[in-house]
Amino acid sequence: MTYDVTIEGKNYRLELNHPEGRWECRLDGRAIEIDAILARRDVLSIIIAGKAYEIKRERTVTDMHLWVGSVRYAAQVRDPRSLRSRASADDGKGPRKLIAPMPGKVVRVLVKENAEVDAGQGLLVLEAMKMQNEIKSPKKGVVRKMVATEGASVSAGDVLAVVE
Amino acid sequence: MFKKILIANRGEIAVRVIRACRELGIQSVAVYSEVDRASLHVRKADEAYHIGPPAATESYLNIDKILDAARRSGADAIHPGYGFLSENSRFAHACASAGIKFIGPTAASMEMMGSKTRARQHMEKANIPFVPGTSRGLESPEEAARVAERIGYPVMLKAAAGGGGKGMRLVHAPEQLASALASAQSEAQRAFGDNEVYIEKAIINPRHIEMQVLADEHGNTVHLGERECSIQRRHQKVLEESPSLMVDPDMRRRMGEVAVRVAQAAGYTNAGTIEFLVDQHKNFYFLEMNTRLQVEHPVTELTTGLDLVHLQIRIAAGEKLPFTQDDIHLRGHAIECRIYAEDPDNDFFPSPGKITLLLAPSGPGIRRDSGIYEGWTVPIEYDPLLAKLIGYGSDRAQATSRLVRALNEYFVGGIKTNISLFRRILNDEEFHEGRLDTGYLDRLLARPAAHQPIDAKNAEVAAIAAGLFAVLDPATLAQNNGSAGSEAHETANWKKTARAESLRE
Repeated sequence: MTYDVTIEGKNYRLELNHPEGRWECRLDGRAIEIDAILARRDVLSIIIAGKAYEIKRERTVTDMHLWVGSVRYAAQVRDPRSLRSRASADDGKGPRKLIAPMPGKVVRVLVKENAEVDAGQGLLVLEAMKMQNEIKSPKKGVVRKMVATEGASVSAGDVLAVVE
Repeated sequence: MFKKILIANRGEIAVRVIRACRELGIQSVAVYSEVDRASLHVRKADEAYHIGPPAATESYLNIDKILDAARRSGADAIHPGYGFLSENSRFAHACASAGIKFIGPTAASMEMMGSKTRARQHMEKANIPFVPGTSRGLESPEEAARVAERIGYPVMLKAAAGGGGKGMRLVHAPEQLASALASAQSEAQRAFGDNEVYIEKAIINPRHIEMQVLADEHGNTVHLGERECSIQRRHQKVLEESPSLMVDPDMRRRMGEVAVRVAQAAGYTNAGTIEFLVDQHKNFYFLEMNTRLQVEHPVTELTTGLDLVHLQIRIAAGEKLPFTQDDIHLRGHAIECRIYAEDPDNDFFPSPGKITLLLAPSGPGIRRDSGIYEGWTVPIEYDPLLAKLIGYGSDRAQATSRLVRALNEYFVGGIKTNISLFRRILNDEEFHEGRLDTGYLDRLLARPAAHQPIDAKNAEVAAIAAGLFAVLDPATLAQNNGSAGSEAHETANWKKTARAESLRE
């Protein structure tokens, strides 16, 4: 597996393979001896040349951060092979999830499932800290799924609807 | 002893009191608003009653609803915690009328101490040292000008019903006085429904040191030493410790004697706190009395070895204090950090939301009083206090290093917290030297944070970790979904789809 990784704006090419329970790791072509286990969801224990690290991952709607010790690093990971499929999804083909950008309460659902909607059309209204925000369709298409229900509280990152 | 206690509060303090009830073999009753159904205190209590919508005025501040829950549950006492109804004398009175014991002082003591001007009048009679100024509300700008001239500028205008810095104005010169008075009065009216404002001499960058007192209902009153509470932001305490580096045994004895006299003058019973302002020459002045358990009570518990909530309950049940002043000895040093859901990198903006990852510290000398758990959503309606992390050691340096160690173990993901602020304070030179006053934190925050340089080695570790996560734990946004009830099945399906999608990538 090969990944393009960006940490705080700096790009790395990472090759990771996992044959027979061992890890093979090359960072920008350099072989690095590592051992890694997932301690629990979002927590990795890594040993690199005898040095032990506990890494925590934090994901929000828009980005990912990794904590090494008490320092936080902005991180992006791309699989070079999937660039094309990503691009096509962003082109507007395929289903798109409507994600709650903040915690709040669904005060109104404006469309029903299977309704045809335009890009930018309001699908529902979310209230947080006494402000009402219309959540708009990311694309023109059909509302395949309306997960949100009126009166429900949602967290940032929750899927509200799917438009295809 | 009581059989069942209702806790008229939420968050970490409700959990704290529920634990004490359990330890004493007393049944506990939680109350909760609509948004607190999943809160930790509801999970931990023996019984729980829904008391209304999210707005505090319609739930935690609603006396009728709380008393109704107490009657329905058959509770014979109510613990108010801090905040909400804890210093509301009407509530204490209503409990007494309903035949339910209010765990705290009498309504009469609360009324005497509730208004700062009334408290000053009583303290004047009891010969307690307080900051020079008026003990009555100002009638006019002319009167304010006369008093200010007499005590000397700078002066402080304060709301009689005040707290939390509202209705407070620092005035440096006569020409600012009239407009400051008008704005303090209107702010006090809005915040407390009472526009009474009085004046006192401003003590610039004082220390804020308070004494814990305990009084039983048989006339015995003791003090449990001081807490240094000078580290504040916008008049809100952030970090507290006991003992204070400024207070030597002789000063502690003198402050303690005054605190006990204040409590006795107010006919005070149960746990209370006397706040003092202390100037650079160690002169101390009575500021006000808090007629409830304080947020920062754990530092006193650690240095005295006493459980204040147990004692509150025993006192309310009519028991005598099981010790005298001579039995109280302070041992070691304790420091408390108030962990808030706020973003220290963005002007401390509140940060409610779902806690996606929670790693909690433990180990020697660490106490954590928490009201949160992983997967819980911090509601947007209430105080941002999530938890208190308290470090204890045989001396201040050990307490500090234990706290720093524990803060590095502490991780709250999904929302922003002020954990990094405490790392900064605890590593700060001025803090180590104990050069503290109420202006300390503003000075610290005004200095640019020593920017932690991106360590190239650790950045590489992060890069490797990013790839490892992608292989071992391909998180998707749908995995953060916390929908419940009828949507759970739906959610699970979306999770599956999303996982499959991410694997394909």
